[in-house]
Order: sequence, then structure tokens, then C-alpha cells
Amino acid sequence: MNLLWLQSGGCGGCTLSWLGSEQGSLFRLLADEGINILWHPSLSEACLDDARELIARCADGRQPVDVLCIEGSLLRGPRGSGGFHRFGGGTKPMVDWVRQIAGRAKHVVAIGSCSAWGGITAAGMNPTDACGLQYDGEAAGGLLGPEFRDPGGLPVINVAGCPPHPDWITETLAALAHGRLGAAQLDDLGRPRFYADQLVHHGCPRNEYYEFKASAEKHSDQGCLMEHLGCGGTQAHADCNQRLWNGEGSCLRGGYACIRCTEPGFEEPGHAFESTPKVAGIPIGLPADMPKAWFIALAALSKSATPARVRENATADHQLRAPSVKRVKK
Amino acid sequence: MTRRIVGPFNRVEGDLEVTLDIDAGQVVAAYVNSPLYRGFEQILQGKQPADALVLVPRICGICSVAQSAAAALALADAAGIAPPANGRHAANLTLAAENLADHLTHFYLFFMPDFAREEYRSRRWYHGAVERFRATVGSAPNEVLPARARFMQAMGLLAGKWPHTLAVQPGGSTRPLQSSEIFRLHRILREFRAFLEKTTFGGPLEDFATLASRDRLDAWRGQARDGDLRRFLDIADDLDLWRLGRGTDRFMSFGCYALEEGRLFPPGVWHEGRLHALDVGGITEDTAHSWYAAIGRPQHPADGGTLPVAEKDGAYSWCKSPRLGGQVVETGALARQAVAGHPLVRDLIAAGGGSVAARVVARLLEIALVLPRMETWLNQIVPGEPWCIPSQPADETAGVGLIEAARGSLGHWLTVRRGRIHNYQIIAPTTWNFSPRDAAGQPGALEQALAGLPVGADDPLPAAIHHVVRSFDPCMVCTVH
Repeated sequence: MNLLWLQSGGCGGCTLSWLGSEQGSLFRLLADEGINILWHPSLSEACLDDARELIARCADGRQPVDVLCIEGSLLRGPRGSGGFHRFGGGTKPMVDWVRQIAGRAKHVVAIGSCSAWGGITAAGMNPTDACGLQYDGEAAGGLLGPEFRDPGGLPVINVAGCPPHPDWITETLAALAHGRLGAAQLDDLGRPRFYADQLVHHGCPRNEYYEFKASAEKHSDQGCLMEHLGCGGTQAHADCNQRLWNGEGSCLRGGYACIRCTEPGFEEPGHAFESTPKVAGIPIGLPADMPKAWFIALAALSKSATPARVRENATADHQLRAPSVKRVKK
Repeated sequence: MTRRIVGPFNRVEGDLEVTLDIDAGQVVAAYVNSPLYRGFEQILQGKQPADALVLVPRICGICSVAQSAAAALALADAAGIAPPANGRHAANLTLAAENLADHLTHFYLFFMPDFAREEYRSRRWYHGAVERFRATVGSAPNEVLPARARFMQAMGLLAGKWPHTLAVQPGGSTRPLQSSEIFRLHRILREFRAFLEKTTFGGPLEDFATLASRDRLDAWRGQARDGDLRRFLDIADDLDLWRLGRGTDRFMSFGCYALEEGRLFPPGVWHEGRLHALDVGGITEDTAHSWYAAIGRPQHPADGGTLPVAEKDGAYSWCKSPRLGGQVVETGALARQAVAGHPLVRDLIAAGGGSVAARVVARLLEIALVLPRMETWLNQIVPGEPWCIPSQPADETAGVGLIEAARGSLGHWLTVRRGRIHNYQIIAPTTWNFSPRDAAGQPGALEQALAGLPVGADDPLPAAIHHVVRSFDPCMVCTVH
């Protein structure tokens, strides 16, 4: 299976995240899974005319492309011209190259939330008219349109995340290489279900604080980040606290909120990222699938039942009280 | 005279194109173009100040923490606070982990593969370079990736993940470390040191870090055991990369790694063998040849603006032209170590100015200098002491954050009005190095470094041009942001 990777309106961080893969050398892993990189802007030797020639061959069909990976938002501006990103060395806007090659590739994969939804580049006034391949924020559409399907009938595969975990990318590509990724393996937003059918909350080490609504009040506190510090981990689809990052990390383990970076529109949450909007003291964003009345009732109950150990440790940056030691009576 | 437009240069983080005017077999003028605009300075307007910490790291996937650190410094400046000692050590460790990983990535993945080009087939070192350094298949990149991933586990512990963390805050770090994390970080640093000493340096880091002159460097090479740095020095001598790619020879550093007093590498300017104070007030951004509406004379970034225009006579880049006191400067590890007074770097500059080889040596030198410092900072952490102090900038305030990313000086200038970001201007390292001409017609640092290089009108572009371009470790996504 060959793979062409192009970058547009993004930061390159998806590639950098990918290079942090902890499955041995990423290059050897890809070769071993039968994945051949035709060209990647950060990794390949070929550049200038050699690269342009290859891309042109991919666009007109002389070079078949099995998987087209796009990293970064698609920039339609200014005024629909695509002029905010020309592919270096020529006059053609990147969006035109992407449309052409996507029309011929066997599969199209959006690497990261920029190419999936528009992402950070579409934040604020969206000065470049940035969008994703098949989504414009939460709305289906984007550069290729809601009806886009690859020759096998799949929509754009959205490996969303800002950035995606290295293994989300590799596992998606390996599944494609082995013919194991079909429509049933994608969620309603085109994300691979192997990571998107989880919540960031699953496996969060602050779970005891969450249970008792023992909340962090400021940065470096050990308590739950949901009530005051903007954490969306109970709603965000991803397995970040099961498949850890850079060894044993995740946003919550790093002490800061999940900003729901795998979800469309995460770049404009409607409130400061690291604060939790509330109505009458109750956070607006409830955990996924949780009935509101039950959440409020359980939160009130668990707050009143919070052990002193949990309550005190929640607002400290180190453990003030250890779990007590119980001796078995003889 | 012939004009050639060459691009895309890859292995530069982002998209880059260069226009070359060629006469009598050499470059008479180079025009560097960043063909991608994203508009972060516009996106930031109207946001809550703390939201900058989410947005700005996403300017750049490779210097994400440096962007976070600059924003945190600007916000801390605006709020009039400074982190406690643990927070300072954590910030230093996080920035150092990124900068060192970037230096390693640049050397092995971006820069060295160019020596495996067909053009060098007749060189005695060619087959060795192909075996060792060829992109994706060489033995070196395949050894480096797992070692780099292991080293980046430091980011998992210090910052939750990399890239794009929120652990770096104006008041310190969100991630308190306890004794178990400190132990694991220590193991990561020690393993990375062992890798570097075996694979890259072929000897103790301190032996290289304390070299005081070019002569000592040559003597160090003579004791050659092994190591990719020696392989590079061998190639550098054969191709005389010591005299290739000289730029402005005016070197600037904003300084980085906060100590209790001052910074480990202090700010300043190194020019004509003398150290000058950095006059931050003398920084301006010129848009004469950039696709932006000009707001009168070139502005200091605190007063600057960013308004893209699709058509503009004489414009050829989305990059602005920052100048220091009206002068073009070069920034990066070479500049940082020249300003910091490292004797080897100052000797290399005295002999041949800024060159491809000097830039690469300075980067590796910095790995050897900073990793031992990371071990020290880690030792200075005291679990149980504070990590982060709360901060809230006033509704009407301003702040500046100046820091060094791997590839050079990074500045953020923030103005807050009515509790929202009124203006946010960013000057990234490659904005300095790869700027277009200014109103006075002065070419940017890379434009100067490319002038005079031999190149045919139709032949394949010589590898030397690739070496010069990549010797700056450009980050094009930062350049324009």
C-alpha cells in the first residue's frame, strides 16, 4: 500500500506527534506493515522538481495513490482563491491539488483535527476560510463535500485530535493496509472507532476525585478538573487515558483540562478553555449519556460524602493525607 | 540573467520556495518566499488572554513548547508575576527537552539526508552517508527515532504530552512531580545521555561541550572513536562547509532558561567580535515586500498589526521583515552560543563567520551543554514545594515574552484591553532568518547567505543550496503563523 502525505494550513504537529511513536522505529514499522511512503514533506529525500513531478503524476493518475493523508486545514481564502497556500514552486493552490488527488486516491485520511474539521486554523474570525476535508466544523461539507466517498465507498477517515496520538495514525494506516477498515469501523463523524468509541475520562487517574466531586481550584491541584478548570474529558471521544501519550502522559495526567480536541468545533468552546461554564453552580457540559437530574443529585450526594482525605488532597499539589492503613483484627 | 523558482523545499517544517536570479553561473539575488498564511495574530484578537496558551502552541508542531513558553512569559509579564522555583525548573526542563529533541531531529531527519544525494556519488564518504543517513531507510534515522521517543517520555511526565501542552503556565507548571516521577525522569535523561555519547558524540558530552577552539575541535576529532558528529565533520571538511552560507554575521539571542537570577544563555547581540546589549525597543517589522497592508512606517511589534492583502506590488512572501535597529540579524543556536560566550563558537565565527558547518556544530554543542543542565535542574526540584501560583492579568495591561526556541529568538507581544486580547504580535526565529527584503532593500539573512553560490540556469539545484537553506533549521509554519 502506498501513501502520499501532504500538509496545508496546520502546524506540522501531527507529523511530529507521529514521530514520537513508541513501537520501535516508525519507518521500520511502516515497512513491516507493507506501507510505502511515496512522499512526505518532512521525511522524504525528494524535493523541488522531483517532488512536484511526483505530485503531478499523482494528480493526473499516472501514479496511483492508495492512501492520501492530509495534515492541516484546507485554506479556501482569500475570496475562494485558495491563495493563502500555494504548493511551493508553482502557482496552483494546495486545495486544487488536494481535490484532484482525493478524486483518484483509494482512501483519503484526514490526519488531525485541522484536516478533519478545520480545527484551530478556523478559530476566531477564521481569516483564511479554513475548513476540513469533509467537514466545516460540525457541518458536513468542507472541501470535498458531504457526498464524497472513496472508490470503496468510505467517507474521509478522520483521525481527529490536536494532535492525534501516534498510534491512532499508525493503527488506521495498518488497518487500511490489511483491508480491515470498513464503514462499520468508523463512528458517525468518520473517526476510527478503535479510539473514538472511548471517552478521555476512561482511565483518568483523578477518578476518585471525580467520584466525590472533589475539585481542583487552581493549576497544580490534584483534584478533578471538570468542575472549575474546563475539563471536557467526560464528553470527549478518545482513549487518551488508556493509550497513554509519550510514555505515561495525557492532558489530565499533565494537570490540565481536556479541551475536547478530537471533536468538531473544539477551537471555539464558547468560554475560556480552562474554565467551566456553569448555570446556578452546575457545570453546563454534563458527562456523555448522563441524565442531568441524576448527575445533579449524585453530585450533591457525593460531595456531602467526600472523605476528608480526598477533599484535602484535591486542592493541594501533593498528597497531604495518605489512605489510612487498616489492620485486620485478630 | 535567468530567474528560477525552486520549491517545495521539504524537510523544513512547512512550505518554502526560493526565487533565484542567476547570472554567469551564480546566484546574484535570492528571494525567499513563505507560501502559506494562517492568520494566528488575527485569530487571537478578542480572545481571553489565557486562551493564548491553547492557541499559540498550535502555531508550530515542532516548537510548540517554545510558543507556550513565550505566551506564558508574556502573560506573566502582564500580570506581574514569576513562577516559584519548582515551576521555573519544570519550565526549563520542558523547553530544554523540546529544544534538544529538535536539534536531534534536525540533524538526523532534516539535514544529513542531503549528503546521500546522487550528486556526491564520487566522494569517498558517499556510500557511508547513504548507509547511515539516507532519509527513512538509513541506519541512523532508524536508531534515532526510538531513542528520541524514549527521550520524549520526559514530555509525558513534565507536560502530559508533546506537542501542544497546557502545562506551561504564567505562574509555573500544572504538573507537580513527586519522587517517583523524578526518578523516572532521571532514568530518561541518563538513557538519552548514553545514546548520545555512543551514537552521536562517540564520547562524553562534557569532552565536547568544553572544546574551546577550532584546533581543539580538530584534536577531538583525531581521537575519533566513532559517532555521527565526526562523520559530519569529515564531510564538512571535504566540502568546505566552513565557508558556505555566510549570512549577516550579526547574531542575536533573546536568551533562555531562567535561573534564580538571569538566564543560563543571556540575551544580546554578537557582532564584529563584540557583545552588545539587546535593545528590544529597537525591533521593528517591515512589510514592504510582504503581502500585508502597510501601516505607515515599520512598527515595533507592540504597536504592529497584521492585515493580509492578496495583491500587492513588490510583495513576494507572507513573511514580514523584522529588523533590529534597522539591521538584519541571524538567530539560532550559533547566535545563542556566540552571545553566551562559548569559546568554540566564537572561534568558529572569528574564522569563517556564520557557516553551514558552524550552525550544525553549534546545535550539537548545545545538546552537549544543556543535557547536563537538565540533570541539575531535575536535582533541584523539591517535591512538596509550590509549582504554580495563580495569576489573572488586569483588564488593561500589556506584556512581552522573549525566549529562545531551538531555531532562535521568539517574541510575543501582548496587549489586553477590557479583559480581552486587543493585539498579539509574534516574531518567530525563521521570520528573522528567512525574511524578505525590507523597505531599504536589505535582503534577509538567508537571502544574503544564498547570494554568490554557484548554480546553473538549468542543471539540478546543487546540494550546497539545500545545505545552506537547511543549516538555519527553518520552521516555515512558525515563520508566517
